[in-house]
Amino acid sequence: MIETFYDVLRRQGITRRSFLKFCSLTATSLGLGAAAAPQIAHALETRPRTPVLWLHGLECTCCSESFIRSAHPLTKDVVLSMLSLDYDDTLMAAAGHQAEAALDEIRTRYKGNYILAVEGNPPLNEDGMFAIQGGRPFLEKLRETAADCKAIISWGSCASWGCVQAAYPNPTRATPVHKVITDKPIIKVPGCPPIAEVMTAVVTYMLTFDRIPELDRQGRPKMFYGQRIHDKCYRRAHFDAGQFAEEFDDDGAKKGYCLYKLGCKGPTSYNACSTVRWNGGVSFPIQSGHGCIGCSEDGFWDKGGFYERVTDIKQFGIESTADKVGGYAAAAVGVGIAAHAAATALARARNKTGIDAKIGKDHHEHA
Amino acid sequence: MTTTLAEQDDFEAKRHSRLLKAIYVYEAPLRLWHWINALAVTVLAVTGYLIGTPLPGIGGEASAHYMMGWLRVLHFSFAWIFAFGFVGRIYWAFVGNRHARQIFLLPITSAKWWGEVWHEMKWYLFITREPYKYVGHNPMAQLMMFLFFTIGAVYMICTGCALYGEALGIDSWAYQSFSWVFTAVGGNSLQVHNWHRMGLWVTIIFVMLHVYAAFREDIMSRQSLISTMVSGWRMFKD
Ligand code: HEM
Ligand code: HEM
Ligand code: SF4
Repeated sequence: MIETFYDVLRRQGITRRSFLKFCSLTATSLGLGAAAAPQIAHALETRPRTPVLWLHGLECTCCSESFIRSAHPLTKDVVLSMLSLDYDDTLMAAAGHQAEAALDEIRTRYKGNYILAVEGNPPLNEDGMFAIQGGRPFLEKLRETAADCKAIISWGSCASWGCVQAAYPNPTRATPVHKVITDKPIIKVPGCPPIAEVMTAVVTYMLTFDRIPELDRQGRPKMFYGQRIHDKCYRRAHFDAGQFAEEFDDDGAKKGYCLYKLGCKGPTSYNACSTVRWNGGVSFPIQSGHGCIGCSEDGFWDKGGFYERVTDIKQFGIESTADKVGGYAAAAVGVGIAAHAAATALARARNKTGIDAKIGKDHHEHA
Repeated sequence: MTTTLAEQDDFEAKRHSRLLKAIYVYEAPLRLWHWINALAVTVLAVTGYLIGTPLPGIGGEASAHYMMGWLRVLHFSFAWIFAFGFVGRIYWAFVGNRHARQIFLLPITSAKWWGEVWHEMKWYLFITREPYKYVGHNPMAQLMMFLFFTIGAVYMICTGCALYGEALGIDSWAYQSFSWVFTAVGGNSLQVHNWHRMGLWVTIIFVMLHVYAAFREDIMSRQSLISTMVSGWRMFKD
């Protein structure tokens, strides 16, 4: 007998009323409008359940921490029930051989039909020895589990880009999932951690519609990563006006001016913080007076200071800001030009160079 | 018989003109482009610098000011003048005279040309006392213009349009056609800001050298320079 999502939810003790509420909530959070609620309900009632396996590589578990704090308790309950918690290192009940057996079972029973969610990433150095699970490198487990999955969700900046463990000099060669698994559709949900509501919405979308949400150029769902923090920041009016906090304790900071000059990375960071916010919409970094550090962007650890606007360029051996390199170069050229102009004037005074030397300085008179 | 002053001047001018030879090199559209472009680059450099490192802010109601807003509007407006001007300049390379092609095509296979680049180099190093005469750009000027300006303009337009696409939104034409720039620097658009800013310094350095060379050559070389970019006529002094 095929189990549907609805069956599972009912088994978990979720009432039909809660279920329908969840459907309309989800429709709204995905920006689909009220008409989509019955569609979601119908899909969940009829579609066979898709299990989600949740693996953990090199990571700090902040993604899981974020996920289980999804604002609406309903969302959390429902989504957690939808996930197959038969296997999730940090959340499952089983342990040891039992757990590994569960993993194998889902893999064979739902071959080609389950979704693989990966938190963290595999380190490749020393044959993956820097992350061992069940006596084997995580790398092997990831490859094996990925081989039969339908799609992969890369949770957080670790799985998506590499994050802190992949920051320079990356001693373990921590490598994002898409560079190890290249033959499966991958949805990146970056952030350190990603916003809980974003995570649950992505899972819900995939499970209810049985398809991958529309992705951007870098493989992130457009509905949440389609705009920059800067585009929806409530301090944007101060940016446009040219009102900036210069120090964290100055008058501008107290007045809530734009944090651009304190290194805010909002203008280059794609995420939903300035719309969805955190902890149930309570706040987000900029609202608390700290600039965005761009945690959902590729390699954000290695892009120079969090508190500088013009940051280091780290390519072709340069490790300095454009203003430093360029400023010194321009100053050197300026000095060079001044010296050259002086030398020219001198040579000219002695009638030793150029047109003067050729036709004589006073040719106008004698011509 | 005493001659009037005017007659005297006329006499002198006639004698003088036998020495001067002039050729029409830079046609009107090219000259017009040069000065519009010079203005655009200047505005772009100033506004661009201030976009990245703004001046100390102003107090009061946010709604009463639009400092960054104006800087950005100015930057983008002159960016279009710069970009479309450049496209127009490329068009002119096809229909204009052969000097109009100099900043796009370098005769890099010609040993003679490289030899003349070297000769020009020696002239700048005071090793040679006499430069050659050129109707168009001298080979070193040509090389500089190609490296700094032609390549530089393409670079600034590509990085600039990518950043512009970010502001317009990821569904915009600018983002769709220029997002490869982000991929080229590793995905994080912060790097594109930094690289675009590096372009500012390259531009500043080019303009410094270019304007210095223009004035110096105007005085020292055997031909006219600045007036040529104004009137189109190249005068030779000997
Ligand atoms: C010689 C030409 C140009 C120069 C010297 C120049 C210079 C600059 C500089 C210094 C910045 C600040 C970068 C930063 O620190 O974030 C900037 C920003 C920018 N430029 Fe340009 N630029 C030029 C041409 C262009 C062109 C052709 C475009 C095309 C549309 C363009 C679009 C932009 C955009 C969109 C920004 C970002 C504005 C923002 O962050 O709000 N620029 N430019
Ligand atoms: C006061 C400022 C400037 C002066 C006096 C000046 C003068 C000149 C002169 C005399 C030439 C002709 C050189 C020759 O005959 O070989 C020239 C060409 C050129 N200048 Fe400038 N220039 C100025 C600013 C600029 C700026 C800001 C730019 C842009 C970055 C620029 C870009 C060019 C280019 C690309 C050419 C080649 C023209 C062509 O072949 O189409 N100039 N300039
Ligand atoms: S605080 Fe940051 S995101 Fe907000 S307007 Fe200023 S620069 Fe943009």
